[in-house]
Amino acid sequence: MMGLLSVSDCWIIWPVILPLFWALVAFWAKQQPRLPGLLGALVTSLASGALCWKMVRHGAFRYGLGGWYPPLGISLRADGPAVLMVLMTAVTGFAISIYAGGYFQSRIAMGGQGRRQIVQERSFWPLWLLLWAAMNGLFLSADIFNIYVTLELVALSSVGLTALSAKPPSQVAAMRYLLVSLLGSLSFLLGVAFLYKTYGTLDLATIQAALCLSPPVAMAMALISVGLMLKTALFPFHFWLPPAHANALAPVSAILSGLVIKGSWYLFFRFWQGFLPLVGEGGGAFLAALGGAAIIWGAFQAFCQQRLKMLVAYSTVAQVGYLFIIFPLIATGAGQGTSAVFYFAISHSCAKAAMFLAAGTIFVQRGHDRINDLDGVRQVLPITTFAFALGGLSLMGLPPSGGFIAKYMYLSQAFSQAKWWLVLIMVVGSGLTAAYICRAVSHILSAQKGEGRGPVVVAASMEWSALALALVAILLGFIAPVPLALLGVAG
Amino acid sequence: MIWQNWLLVMILLSSLVPGLIIFTLAEEQRGWRTILNLSGAITKMVLVLVMILGISHGHSFAVHLVLLPDVELVLRADALSALFVTLSTILWLFTTLYTIAYLEDSPNRSHFFGYFSLCVTVTIGIALAGNLLTFLFFFEMLTLSTYPLVVHRGTAEATAAGRVYLIYTLAGGLLLFLGVVWLHTLAGPVDFSREGVLSPLVASHGQTLRAIFCLLIAGVGVKAALFPLHGWLPRAMVAPAPVSALLHAVAVVKAGAFGIIRIVLDVYGLETTNELDLLRPLTLLAAVTIVYGSIQALKQDNLKRRLAFSTVSQVSYIALGISIGNPLAIMGGMVHLVHQGLMKITLFFCAGNIAETLGIHNISRMNGVGRRLPLTMAAFSLAALGMIGLPPMAGFVTKWYLGIGALAQGQGWIIGVLVLSSLLNAAYFLPILYGAWFKEPAGEWPEDSGMVGPLECHWMLIAPPVITAVASLLVGLLANSNLSPLAWVRFIVSAGYGL
Amino acid sequence: MISTPALVYGLTGLLLFVVGLAGLISCAQLLRKILAANIMASGVFLFLVTIAHGRGIVIDPVPHAMVLTGIVVSVSSTAVALALACRVQETANIHDLRKIRARGDER
Repeated sequence: MMGLLSVSDCWIIWPVILPLFWALVAFWAKQQPRLPGLLGALVTSLASGALCWKMVRHGAFRYGLGGWYPPLGISLRADGPAVLMVLMTAVTGFAISIYAGGYFQSRIAMGGQGRRQIVQERSFWPLWLLLWAAMNGLFLSADIFNIYVTLELVALSSVGLTALSAKPPSQVAAMRYLLVSLLGSLSFLLGVAFLYKTYGTLDLATIQAALCLSPPVAMAMALISVGLMLKTALFPFHFWLPPAHANALAPVSAILSGLVIKGSWYLFFRFWQGFLPLVGEGGGAFLAALGGAAIIWGAFQAFCQQRLKMLVAYSTVAQVGYLFIIFPLIATGAGQGTSAVFYFAISHSCAKAAMFLAAGTIFVQRGHDRINDLDGVRQVLPITTFAFALGGLSLMGLPPSGGFIAKYMYLSQAFSQAKWWLVLIMVVGSGLTAAYICRAVSHILSAQKGEGRGPVVVAASMEWSALALALVAILLGFIAPVPLALLGVAG
Repeated sequence: MIWQNWLLVMILLSSLVPGLIIFTLAEEQRGWRTILNLSGAITKMVLVLVMILGISHGHSFAVHLVLLPDVELVLRADALSALFVTLSTILWLFTTLYTIAYLEDSPNRSHFFGYFSLCVTVTIGIALAGNLLTFLFFFEMLTLSTYPLVVHRGTAEATAAGRVYLIYTLAGGLLLFLGVVWLHTLAGPVDFSREGVLSPLVASHGQTLRAIFCLLIAGVGVKAALFPLHGWLPRAMVAPAPVSALLHAVAVVKAGAFGIIRIVLDVYGLETTNELDLLRPLTLLAAVTIVYGSIQALKQDNLKRRLAFSTVSQVSYIALGISIGNPLAIMGGMVHLVHQGLMKITLFFCAGNIAETLGIHNISRMNGVGRRLPLTMAAFSLAALGMIGLPPMAGFVTKWYLGIGALAQGQGWIIGVLVLSSLLNAAYFLPILYGAWFKEPAGEWPEDSGMVGPLECHWMLIAPPVITAVASLLVGLLANSNLSPLAWVRFIVSAGYGL
Repeated sequence: MISTPALVYGLTGLLLFVVGLAGLISCAQLLRKILAANIMASGVFLFLVTIAHGRGIVIDPVPHAMVLTGIVVSVSSTAVALALACRVQETANIHDLRKIRARGDER
């Protein structure tokens, strides 16, 4: 653990430092934030790729910041799950950045309300890069207090991003989002305090190894779990998510739905991975019951929505459920449960971001996103339509897509452990997912002419970046062994 | 990987690549579209020919792609898949020709032909699937690539039909998916080329195997339009005629029937299926579907709906033949894959011609059509007589083998079903033929295209049905020759399954 | 065993957390909600200070460092919350989340 500090180990800090640096540059370059923003996105993605390459070659490793290791120092850790999430953020985040460039360009060109769009863009890039840095920090941290700080940073920057949209509902949604996040973070921090009181360390791995079921630990886990469930918007804590995600600007919606909720879920998973064997069947079943309720309720609500972005947002509520129904299946520690859920997470990230981006393009072009009036979008925005449909394909878990592979692994785990009620939930969930996706897609794909504002030219980068993300979701249907091998690099 | 194995991938790509390019073409680029379509179809023909030559010389073709640690995507060409691939390839060529003329001047053609090519690619994928997962993989994709074709017209009726189609087929896909995953967790990878993997499990997991069988058959049964899962098929008739032809003769329904063959013969194996007491219920289901479809067909006045119910009935011959479980009956069932395809596609081409040239959709308005469209109606008559099972046409060969197979198996009641079905076939086809040839037209045609001369309509609308009709006659007449589908099926049954 | 003053400190911290939680959930006005969140944070900090005391004879510096960092985070998030509350009031002309619920959700 106290291995010599080699130069290459410090690669782990670049995915955190670089976006932070470029966020500052984008903040200072007031008139031209787009160029430093895009550069920052590129550099961060490259750094994430480099970290991944480094970890694949040398195995999982830890890095003490400033040469200080625990118990005094704060350490970062690169292992399979962490790097996979960093990579997911890099791929999705890069595509979203490209989209955002075109998005603001189009909106500023459209003029309309004058300076507002320029101000929005000026705030977007620093906030987004800051969020990216915080996400990477969250994934790579090995220290639970440091995790608290990154959680707060993620929350504050996402709230800022949510509030960018000038519409009153989005301000209100951002406010609610902030309060929920604060509650979640403070609950998490109190849990951290309890853990520190019990174990006298803040190192996640050490704590995980020593977890037992004493009252303070149970208290700590309860506080941490509730805090993270709030932030992940697990049913019944999902109430804040749909308005916040649906009313934000298009790239922001994609960031929030595709990436941000994965951060708190990832932490939840890390904590529960060690805790699950202790609480026995009941704990996992309880989480899965909440997940199942989320799947069915979210999908049902999605089906009932009148607005496309609301539909996609409620779909996120439903898909969060899938991230939690895996817990009874990994309780035994055997099998592919962990692979399944991480594969689900990365596929969902690409597919959902692609769908939100596509929905945003449709919104810009049409001036509204009422599902029943979206007939004929296909003629005007064929690439976007295609991207939306492919994203939906992955969400439905139909081949060929990452979603299909994930669903296959889920079902095969449920069958092999004879968890019939999970099979039932997944069947009902699949049916409902297909219903709401088809409802939206059948309008968009329809050959009829729909109404809309006049000729609005959306930037090509908006269309193609969404398609690229959707194609990544499809590609994940063919290359599963590669990400799974990456995931398997032990910590 | 040696070149032989790339052949299968190339067969898929020969329609996938043109399809993807066609998506990007503008609406006016008619020439390019036609060139791409036809060159794709012809390339595929050549490649399939090479493949068949290879198989008959004992080469084996297989491609593997690892999806998950013990889950593989496998493309493999065996004799049975060659049968289906050949059928799809040839009929795709004719359907493409027909469609080019049929859709002239209608909107969204690039879109249409793009999905059309995707659909054929996926069908070939189903044919070449080497294990159950690969089959499922393409089976689900078939749903998605045919949906835009069904709703192509964009009318409210088409949208409603598309919705029903999606509900049925996605639900079926889900059932199949469940069955596939369950079977995989129980028995490990299920490869079509390794029979008898399941027989050791019969004693210990009999009930589970039965449940899985029901899931699988229900899953493919939706597409095969087995009673009571056939509800989508008549509604899907709102699609343009070439789509109906493709759905009925080549792609969707056939994929379902092909799935039944694969599941019974290659996944479970005849003996295991019989040990589990699953063959007789399947026979019964098929028999009920045959009679039910025919009776429903009798009630329809809309020509395409009547043909649709006729499909419900006729495709079940395939399931019937397989489930009787006798080599002769299996031959009858398998060969019907080809026979029904040829006859049904002819009928739909003709129905399309009648609707397109004269604006007639209902049987009650068809009096005297034979005089106005002699070539079309001649083709129609040939195919209809074949369907009824008039010797020596294609349908007769099927029914003959089904019958003697059933007798050899001691299932005499099936003869009754066959006779009843033939009578009903005659009852719903003969009045059409009589009216079209012998009755006077009721007056002006609703919308006469006005083409006169030696050809009653565009040659690309006439040639495909005439050729397929003649082919359906020839496969019956020359059933005993070495090149007939029957001979190939005999080879499949004897060499492939050792029956 | 934890000494009595430490116990009082710790329990007060937890009590403050609970009071803040109740306030955050039940108060309708935004400003009160923000204040409630601050009270919660103070409760957690008090609890952390207790922990520092409870570990052996020497005072543990780590929880103190955590409290310091926590205060910084808390101040920043309060600032963001206040700024956002002003924005909500300006754009939506509302300072009560319950009224918003009726208006905001159907959009």
